[in-house]
Amino acid sequence: MRIAIERRPYDSNLMKYLSPVLAIVLTLISGGLIFMIQGQDPWAGLYTFFILPVSDSYGWSELGVKAAPVLLCAMGLSVCYRANIWNIGAEGQLLMGALIGSWAALSWMDSSSSWVLPAVLACGAIGGLLWALIPAVLKNHFNTNEILTSIMLNYIALNLLLLAVHGPLKDPHGFNFPESALFTDAVTLPIIMEGTRLHLGLILGLFAVATLWVVMARTFLGFQLKVIGLDASAGHFAGYQQRRLVYFSLLLCGALAGLAGISEVTGPIGQLVPSVSPGYGYAAIIVAFLGRLHPVGILLASLLMALVYMGGEMGQIDLGLPLALGSLFQGMLLFYLLACDFLISYRLRIQPSVKPMAFPDTSTGVSQ
Amino acid sequence: MPASHAAAPGASQPTETQRRSSENTIKSNTVSPDSFRIRCQNITKAYPGVVANDQISLAIRPGEIHALLGENGAGKSTLMKILYGVTAPDAGNIWFDDQPIALKSPAQARRLGIGMVFQHFSLFETLTVVENIALSLDKQQAGNLKNLAKRIETISSHYGMPVDPHRHVHSLSTGERQRVEIIRCLVQDISLLILDEPTSVLTPQEVSNLFKTLKKLATEGCSLLFISHKLQEVKALCDQATVLRQGKIAGTCDPRTTSTEAMASMMVGNQTTLGKRYRFSTGTKKTHCLEICDLTELSSSEFGTTLKEINLSIQPGEILGIAGVAGNGQKELLRFLSGEDLTSSAESIKLKGKNIGQLTPGKRRKLGVAVVPEERLGRGAVPDMSLSENGLLTGFLQNLIARGFLQRGRIHGYANRVIDQFRVKANGHGADAKSLSGGNLQKFIIGREIIQNPELLICASPTWGVDVGAANIIHEALIDLRDKGAAIIVISEDLDELFQISDRIGALCHGNLSPIKPLQHTSINEVGQWMAGVFDTEFQDEQLHSETPVKEYELS
Amino acid sequence: MDIELLTNILFAMVRTGTPLLLVALGELVCEKSGVLNLGQEGMMLMGAVVGFIAALTTGNLMLGVMMGIMAGMAMACLFGVLAIQLRANQVATGLALTIFGAGLSAYIGTDYVGQGLSGFQPFIVPLLSDIPVLGKVLFSQDALVYLSFIICIVLWLFFKFSRPGLMIKAIGESPYSATAVGLPVIPARWIALLFGGAMAGMGGAYLSLAYTPLWAEGMTAGRGWIGLALVVFASWKVERVLLGAWLFGLASIMHLVLQGMGASISSNLLATLPYLATIVVLVLLSSNQSRSRMLAPMSLGKPYHPAG
Repeated sequence: MRIAIERRPYDSNLMKYLSPVLAIVLTLISGGLIFMIQGQDPWAGLYTFFILPVSDSYGWSELGVKAAPVLLCAMGLSVCYRANIWNIGAEGQLLMGALIGSWAALSWMDSSSSWVLPAVLACGAIGGLLWALIPAVLKNHFNTNEILTSIMLNYIALNLLLLAVHGPLKDPHGFNFPESALFTDAVTLPIIMEGTRLHLGLILGLFAVATLWVVMARTFLGFQLKVIGLDASAGHFAGYQQRRLVYFSLLLCGALAGLAGISEVTGPIGQLVPSVSPGYGYAAIIVAFLGRLHPVGILLASLLMALVYMGGEMGQIDLGLPLALGSLFQGMLLFYLLACDFLISYRLRIQPSVKPMAFPDTSTGVSQ
Repeated sequence: MPASHAAAPGASQPTETQRRSSENTIKSNTVSPDSFRIRCQNITKAYPGVVANDQISLAIRPGEIHALLGENGAGKSTLMKILYGVTAPDAGNIWFDDQPIALKSPAQARRLGIGMVFQHFSLFETLTVVENIALSLDKQQAGNLKNLAKRIETISSHYGMPVDPHRHVHSLSTGERQRVEIIRCLVQDISLLILDEPTSVLTPQEVSNLFKTLKKLATEGCSLLFISHKLQEVKALCDQATVLRQGKIAGTCDPRTTSTEAMASMMVGNQTTLGKRYRFSTGTKKTHCLEICDLTELSSSEFGTTLKEINLSIQPGEILGIAGVAGNGQKELLRFLSGEDLTSSAESIKLKGKNIGQLTPGKRRKLGVAVVPEERLGRGAVPDMSLSENGLLTGFLQNLIARGFLQRGRIHGYANRVIDQFRVKANGHGADAKSLSGGNLQKFIIGREIIQNPELLICASPTWGVDVGAANIIHEALIDLRDKGAAIIVISEDLDELFQISDRIGALCHGNLSPIKPLQHTSINEVGQWMAGVFDTEFQDEQLHSETPVKEYELS
Repeated sequence: MDIELLTNILFAMVRTGTPLLLVALGELVCEKSGVLNLGQEGMMLMGAVVGFIAALTTGNLMLGVMMGIMAGMAMACLFGVLAIQLRANQVATGLALTIFGAGLSAYIGTDYVGQGLSGFQPFIVPLLSDIPVLGKVLFSQDALVYLSFIICIVLWLFFKFSRPGLMIKAIGESPYSATAVGLPVIPARWIALLFGGAMAGMGGAYLSLAYTPLWAEGMTAGRGWIGLALVVFASWKVERVLLGAWLFGLASIMHLVLQGMGASISSNLLATLPYLATIVVLVLLSSNQSRSRMLAPMSLGKPYHPAG
């Protein structure tokens, strides 16, 4: 008996949706094994990681807090990936949104105008947008690969953020800590549920989910993005404006990531700090893939990713596990997903071991 | 067994050919009436949903040129892949030189002495000829490149196939590349050469040179399996023919004594409408629909062809055919006409007097231009999208969108109209483009453009790889569209097709456009000369009809 | 600027350029065969952490390097299973490898953060090191730097003269043609990929055992990505990778140069220089579209589906 791989005549729609589930299950199994290696009871470990964080209503609200920035970034990335634009720069765009937005917040936070908060949010979005403009211009007009430029811009953005909190935006009364002053209420996002830290950012994320769902499924713009993503030469042939579509998707992603950044600093954090993001922009890549680039899938996947973040912290507090276990799970999740995706186009079949050709191999005996 | 397998690496020049011919005398002496170079029996190969080869048997004698005839999709390429060890059959036996064999890989086939010339060449463009050939040989066989280059030169001059071993493949013409493929087989001392549609990429003149080479090979004892669907060529070259239809053997015959009509009916079954000439245009308006003036442009792809001073004009109500061997500027011309590439000056292309050379494809569509590209999947259609979505791909001006929102009902209706009118066999408008057969997808793509009632339709290889039934539907549709007053440019490698539907015809060679003549005032021979770059054909009529060898076209 | 400062700067340039050189040479071979592995950063991190732990626990630096190489190759195996065997998208798989490598290295290195180790010491080549300037710059380095020179020369010869080198080029141009003429596409791609993994692992181990002998989470700081850009910069030519790696080394130590010239610029700003330089270089090289397409291996990054 042997296992044969064969191509399916048509891609399996079922596997398309089953594959992420399978990947999650495999990650959980691997997680259990890791807990065992660490000398923990695997069930207790998994419980601490994935159940305990959401065992009360506050836990659920925290899940929303953590999911909001990932959701915003992943929605933006999903539009890029649909159009086959490999934007890896959500992290940098998020940081620039936080930076520019914080600069606006610090300048205007003593004003009492009700326009201040929207203006600050807009500045954050514009910060991210401008940062995404760089790879967009380079891709469109200099034919430069967006993967490498956007990732380089992540490192540059992080250094600019560090520069700002060590210099111009540092709190003059902050005992020389690399942090900005605490934001006033005027530039703090409203809490949407009493007694929690759930803030407006989550609403913005859900709004992005709804809007982009309509755009991608029902408009000609969304259709054109899908076409150039699946088959750029067909899009070009049909006369779609590739450059405009590249600008649209990258700038949209930048704006959403920037919004995620400014929502973090004006929301749960309350000031500009060096560690604005524990890698939300990178986690969003996983979320976009895990959610199959579909808004609903992304919403669910971002909740899962938020859970992994919370589980990592919980594991560290309760079980003394390394915090990095969370990022390990993230990496595994993406790996398993890619492996399971193989089953969309191929299937495994167990074959009885009968040789199809029943005569002797004479390939070596022909030159007698 | 050919003694040549023990060939010493880097054998010096004279021995190469001497050995080959001496070996061949031995071969022809030992041929007995029931000795076969290769024989296969009851070969069967099924793919999901189709039996590509059903109980195929075939036998070729030493020195025989055997034709494998059949339409696209008849199972020719599957059989050829089995005989070259690329694919394993599900059932059936093969004997080579009367020894039972199980072919497992092309390398094994080559060791046995089987060579193969692919339709789509398997050459590496960035490497030189000699490097290419070295890679296909064993390390010992290849020896050092210097000696190998000498062997290549010897073989190429012996068989009349001039080629420079040190040129890079990307700088070679299609004909030269084919020679490299053949030489690559010959340096390995083969006794069976399989050629997959070798003439589809050649000018008529190159074809006659190829045939001389092949006949010479056969007289030296090499067996040839010549895969084709062109009956005239089979008649001119082959000693035996096996005809395939829908994966089964439809018959065998001696092509020298069998009429082309008889062979055609074996190939296509009952349909015998092959090659019918459609009605000519009943008259054109005296206005110009499209004018191309001194179009001289570099190709946008690195190994492409430069277009040189192309001038043509086409009136509403006529079909202009443009012939030519692939790679002579057809791709480039289509891209400049469709707007995928923009011309450097807007005046080089005029549509009804308006300069459109620098308009994007979308703007040209708004002016009534429709285009059917050569590649169906991956330019003409998005493989992973449904037919509805593929209808919308270029049909977006047909009132399928309101304020940016997709009108799903109308989009499905549009796709259904195309499917009905052009008898596209598909599982409804929701079927993925990639699930359609080549012919049905082509009908859909052409239908999608025709149904938009364009004023100008530019159409590349409209029936390439399409079965006869579908080809008829496509041709009728093109003729109907012309009769409604549209101007149509058909760019095709298939001369028969162009002579069936064109009102005027010209040819591209090396980016130059030949004179354009009304179809009644020219001949296949003359167009063949144009395809080879001989445009000055007015006074050569006598030469054309005599048997004198045509002047070899010199490459620049 | 005096000659001693110049010598020191050049010395540091070669040293800083070495991890970039190692990783870029590995990726160059990999890309020549048509495989685009964006997971360099992940492989480097694993090489760094495993190499460091092995050297720290055994006290043997060379063993550390060997283990780093093995770790890089193990990571490359993961990539190979997904992208070569299971035909997954190479870009996505490479990203996954980087994310996974970052997570895994952080996880297994948790207990080793902050521990010190006495790293590779310079090995002064007799005679050659007495040459003014060049002696110090090229011949007073550590063993791994010399090894990087040797690998450079070997690879150059490999692609220039050897049959396997020709095969790899051919496979990178068209795996389908390669199959048709009977070249071993899948095995060759695996070997190229594993070589890439080994080199990235070594590059990582160089960081944690020689350059800054310690382990810190994410210590490669994008060098894997810069290595990828270097291959583009070098137009897939070995000799240019060497040049490029050193130029980028120079960009990374600009603070030394500027200090030498008496300028004072924020260190965060200077830290952006190698990344900025990468972008600038990519723009300059890719703006000529047809030229850059000519240089890259034609099947780069495209999955290969063997028939049947």
